[in-house]
Formats: sequence, C-alpha cells, structure tokens
Amino acid sequence: MEDMLFYDRMQFAFTITFHYLFPQLTMGLSLLIVYFKWKFLRTKLDQYNDAAKFWMKIFALNFAMGVVTGIPMEFQFGTNWAKFSELTGGIIGQTLAMEGMFSFFLESSFLGLFLFGEKLLGHKLHFVTGFLVFLGSWASGYLIIATHSWMQYPVGYEVLENGKFVLNNFGALFSNPWLLPSYLHNQAASMVTSSFVVAAIGAFYLLNNKHHEFGKLFVKTGVIFGLISSLLVAFPTGDLAAKNVVKHQPVTFAAMEGIFETEPGGSEIVLIGQPNMLEKKLDNKIAVPNILSFLTYQDWNAEIKGLNEFDPSVYPTNIPGLYYAYHIMVGLGTIFIGLMLLAVVQLFRKKLYTTKWILWALVFMLPFPYIANTTGWYTAELGRQPWLVYNLLRTSAGASPTVSSGNTLFTLLGFIGLYLLLGLLFLMLAGKIINKGPQLNKH
Amino acid sequence: MELFWYIVLMTMLAVYVILDGYDFGAGIIHLFFAKTEKDKKTITSAIGPFWDANEVWLIASGGVLFFAFPTLYASSFSGFYLPLIMILWLLIFRAIGLELRGQVHNHMWEAIWDKAFGISSLLLALFFGVALGNVVRGVNLGNVVDGVSTHEAHYFFLPLWNPTFSPQAEELGIIDWFTLLLGIISVVALTIHGANWVIFKTNSDLNEKLKKVVFNLNIVLVVLVVISLLIWHIIEPNPFHNFIDKPWLIIFPLITLTGLFGLFKVKTFKKHGLGFLFSSLFLLGGLTSTVASIFPKVLPSTNSINPDLTLYSVAAHEYGLTVGLYWFPVAALLVAVYMFIQYKVFNGKMDDIGYGEH
Repeated sequence: MEDMLFYDRMQFAFTITFHYLFPQLTMGLSLLIVYFKWKFLRTKLDQYNDAAKFWMKIFALNFAMGVVTGIPMEFQFGTNWAKFSELTGGIIGQTLAMEGMFSFFLESSFLGLFLFGEKLLGHKLHFVTGFLVFLGSWASGYLIIATHSWMQYPVGYEVLENGKFVLNNFGALFSNPWLLPSYLHNQAASMVTSSFVVAAIGAFYLLNNKHHEFGKLFVKTGVIFGLISSLLVAFPTGDLAAKNVVKHQPVTFAAMEGIFETEPGGSEIVLIGQPNMLEKKLDNKIAVPNILSFLTYQDWNAEIKGLNEFDPSVYPTNIPGLYYAYHIMVGLGTIFIGLMLLAVVQLFRKKLYTTKWILWALVFMLPFPYIANTTGWYTAELGRQPWLVYNLLRTSAGASPTVSSGNTLFTLLGFIGLYLLLGLLFLMLAGKIINKGPQLNKH
Repeated sequence: MELFWYIVLMTMLAVYVILDGYDFGAGIIHLFFAKTEKDKKTITSAIGPFWDANEVWLIASGGVLFFAFPTLYASSFSGFYLPLIMILWLLIFRAIGLELRGQVHNHMWEAIWDKAFGISSLLLALFFGVALGNVVRGVNLGNVVDGVSTHEAHYFFLPLWNPTFSPQAEELGIIDWFTLLLGIISVVALTIHGANWVIFKTNSDLNEKLKKVVFNLNIVLVVLVVISLLIWHIIEPNPFHNFIDKPWLIIFPLITLTGLFGLFKVKTFKKHGLGFLFSSLFLLGGLTSTVASIFPKVLPSTNSINPDLTLYSVAAHEYGLTVGLYWFPVAALLVAVYMFIQYKVFNGKMDDIGYGEH
C-alpha cells in the first residue's frame, strides 16, 4: 500500500515536472512572438518578422513536446488517482473540461495556421492567429490554476454523506482568493523563462560573433522583458501568493521558512540553513532578524507561528524538501532581478553588447528560470501535502484502489525511458535550430 | 440531465473517432502502401494541419467524461490502467513521428519516424477497437473472487490477457478473442477511412490503387461484421433486445449499413469526398449501435453480485451538470467556428494549395 502510493506520487511528480518544462516557455514565448510580429506590423522592419519566424520554430518544437507530455496528465487523474477523481470530479472535472473545450481547441486549431499560414493569410491575419494561440495557452494556464487553487483552498462546494464533493457555487471557483495571485505569479514566472531564453540565445550569438543584429535584438528584448517580469514575480504577485499561504496554510508557511519555534518579538528571515529534522532546528543558519515579520505583516515584531504550534499529523510530508524548494525559488528570483537590473543599466549606457561578463552570465543563466519555476511549483505542491484537497482529503485516500505497485512502477519506468528520449531529441533539435540561427528575409 | 451529457459525450467520441480515425487510417496506409518519398509526403500533408486538433477531441471527451461522469472516469481509467498508459505512449510516438521526421534530412532518421508514425497508428486503431470490445463485454466489477467482492462495487482491474483468451473466462483480460475481433474490425474500418481521406484531400498517385484497396477491404469488413454479430450472443445472451424494445434505435444500425453499402460504389464516385462520407457513416453507426445495444449501461458487470454501471449511477451531481449548460454551448459554438475556419483555409486538395512547401 505504501509502495503503491509512493509510485503513484512519483509518476505524477515526474511527468508533471517534465511536462511543465515546455508550457512555461510556450506561454511566455507566445507573447514575445506576438510582440515581434506587432513591431514588424508597426515598423515594417523585416528584422522583426524574421525574429518572429525564428522563435516560431523553437515554439513549434516546444509546443509539440508540451502537447505530447500534457495528455498523460489528464489521463493520470483517472488511472492513478481514481478515488480522488471519483470524489472531486464533479468540481475539478468542471475546470479541466473547460480547459479542453476553451483553450486546447483554440490553440490547436490556430497553431497550424500560425506556423504554416503566413503566405496564405497575410501579415495582419497571421498576427491574429499568433494572438489566438497566445490567448489559448494563457487560458489553459488560467483553468489549470483554477483547478489547482480549488485543491489549495476549496470553495463553493459541499460534501455529501458518501464523501463526494459537489459544486454548489460555480462562480466561487473563479473568484477564489487563491486564484488570481497564483495565476499572475505563474504567468510572470513563465515570462521570466522566455525572456531569459531569448536573452541567452542573443548573448550566445553576440559572444560567437554570429547573427550580430539578431543577437542585439534578442538581448535587448530579453533583458527588458526579463527585468519587468522578474520584478513582477516578486512583487506584487509573489508577495500576494505568500500572504495566501500565511493566511490559509500557516503550517506550510512555517515549514517553507524553516521556523521550528514561534519567536516572540518577531521572526528572522532565513537565508541559508539546513533543516535538522531530528533536533527540530536549522543547522548552519544565516538569518536576518525581524525581516520575515515585516515582510509578512509590515510589522517588525509580528508573531509568526512556528511548526511547534501545530499537530504533526498536519505537517507537510516532506518539510526539508519544501524548505529547499522555496528557498531555491526565492534565491534564484533575487539573482534574476539583480542580473537583469545590471543588464538594463548597461543597455541604457549603450554598453551592454560589449560587456562580456554580463553576456556570459546571461548564457549561463539559461537553465535557472526552469529550476525556479519547478521549485516554485514544488513549493506549492509539497506545501499542500499531506492533502489532495487542503484540510479535507488526504493524499493517501486518493490513489486508485485496484492498481498495484508493480503496474505503477512499470509505467513509471516506461515514462522515465520515453521522456529521456524526448528530452534528448528536444535538445538535439533545439540546438540545431539555434545553431542555424534566424534567416534573413529573402525578398 | 444525465442523458443530455451522455449524448454530448457520445457525440464527441463519435467526432473523435471520425476525425482522428482518418489520421490513424492515413498512418496505416502510409505504413503499407507508401513506397516513394512523394507518396509519403502527400499522405502526411493530407493530415498535416488537422491531426493535432483532431486529437484534442479525445482530450476534450476525456474532460467531459471526468466532469459529467466522474465515477465512470475513475472506475474505467484505473481498471484499464495498462492499455490506457500504452495508448498514451503510442499517441506520443505518433505525434513525434509526425513532428520530428522533417527536422533532419537523413534517410535513417526519416525511416525511424515513418515507422513510428505508421506502427503507432496501426496499434492505436487496434487498441481503440479492443477498448470498445471491453466496454460492451463488461468487466468483473468489484473484482469478485469466489463470490466475494475484493473491492468497492464500481472498481475493477484487468490484466492485458488471461491464459485462455476467452471472453467467457472467470478471470477476464483486456485482450480476448472477442475484443480482438472488434480491434481488427476497427483496423480494417479505419484503414478504409484513412484511404478515403487521402483520396479526398490529395491528388496522390496512389488514389486509384487506394480505391481498389477500399473496395477489397470493405468485403473483409462486411464478413467480419457479420461474424461479430453471429457470435455477439456469447457476451450478451440477448444482444438485440434494446433494438426490439426501442425500435427507433434501429436508426443506428441503418446508418452503419448505409456506410457499408455506399463504400462498394467507391470506384465510380466522381466526387472524391463521397467515399469519406460513407466511411464516416459506417464509423458513426458502428460506434453508436454498439453503445446503444447496452444502453443505459455504460459498463456492464460480468458477475451477478455487483450491478452494472449505468449512466445514471456514475453521473456527477445535479448542480454541476446544470451549470455546465452555461459554458458548454458557448465553447461548442466556438469549436465549430474554429473548425469552419480551419477547413475553409485548408479547403481543397492539400497538394494543390501548396501545403507543406514552406
């Protein structure tokens, strides 16, 4: 039984982690491509259209990976989490079905037109199809996060005698106070990934003395969008999302911040330290006094509840994992703001394209937004444990009752092998597209 | 209200089978009949801009199943665990076969992805037929052993096969000779369907040959359908009772027959879309007749201890189903608009409008 739950959780965690490497770029990049296309329509400079075309190639490959790894997500609710699906399907099925009907059809119908229809449609209509693909992918994110928000902070429901959750207020699913901060936080983070990728490829071209004009355009666009989105991730969206956790999941907040004991007179903010679960303290701690109380309540001396005030049965299952995920996310987010700020300062001093160390830093920063996005989601998901529906349905009560651990391990191994192949193919083909670079318009 | 969503779900599934069915069929044609590079290009261009959107019908049907009939979604997806995950893997291989083939110009690379696309299409056609066979045959709900349920009454688990491959065995498997027969019918029908789509949407050199293929396979199809009807009583002693009790249901078998007989005329059709129309009718009729034969059951029980799952016993709560009426028609209308635009832009023969040459 324990094994079974473990493999079910591993399979979902593995497949969703791998899947979300792709949509986080898709969502942000679709907006940047629409931006390039829009600049082209306004300025008539071919460079913008060529830039849009180049990024569309990366987008198409990335989108395909997102689609093929996304279908298993919807199936897994039923295959591995049948009990959860049975009990809550009347509610989360609502938002998931809406995602299929409203966004997947929109994306898939117009993607083909967007990728292959430039000549057929003309530039203006082509811009419109790009915009619709962008709209579809952002709507998809919205409906997924509406589902996620209901699991974090259930609203508009009642529980029947047989344990089933039924909806009694449709509107509440969308006015859920958890939804908007999480959605904006996530979309801003997706913009971070795509801006950093665009900047990194641009810097790569500049450092290699290839595609010089495109290199400049990508770096410039990347760092400007990168700075704006890095700031938005922290404030106001990250701040609001964290306040939701403080208010509705205080035990999760204590674990995220590594607060084992309530500190009278205000809590310090932990920068570095390893949770020691045996002695219930942080080892090798570096912390700044009273900052956390101020950030949370705008009061230097506000009291923040430590883990000691809660019953261990409601502790997040993996406290060190949650703590690290959160700290990696926040640490990286801070570095992103710093780097992009420097880059933008150099841009305005007209020195960015020759400041080699910043260009090198931009290239090396490429994987880190992916790590920050992933650890951000781990913070949310590990923070929700041990619940599937916060405070109402335990994760252990949601797995499929008839699927044995041997079958789940079999499929988990299959997914690992298959996704390893997909990852290698993606890197190989993306490398090929990047190496070839943008093509100048021939007419 | 349950009935409304049942009809919606079945309609969406039928649309899925007709649309993605031609993609699978094109894959099978590609596997067995495309010899030259030009043939292969023409066939993939016939489904190029459509297959992705077609696949969304499966995902959206899954979504509606989850939303309107959560208990059925939970029971069947966990019970058919292994084949469903394998279907996912095959869908992934089909997609990357189509998407990645053109990215590198190397004959080994192209050969790998050609086969990935063709073989996964073939297996998907087979598996979906087997799946339909499992639904009408029924499953051992509650996993009853020696007269005692070992699980809740609406849960079960099936291995891929049992040693006897018999649909009447005590311990059932996903694949037995009855479900395999339905799988083969599905492969034959979808091959015909895919051939018709290629004939409809391209000027392929293969078209004349494909018309003969359709004609010959249609004879096979008629024989297989007759055999399946003759042995149907093995899984259901009284297989046609629904059609006798509710005579208006006979419209579904009539649709099937229209499709089957229409297909024999394929060689003489002046309009290339007619063959596709008739194979669509066959698929529509075949699917609807099969589910109508067990209506209102959605998953029969093969033991006498636990009751069949019916569309009423697996549906979501009233409020949720009612509120769905507000957003679903809007979404359905939008989908119709998207499809109209898509098929309008890519109207006509794909090689005439220069699709794929970019």
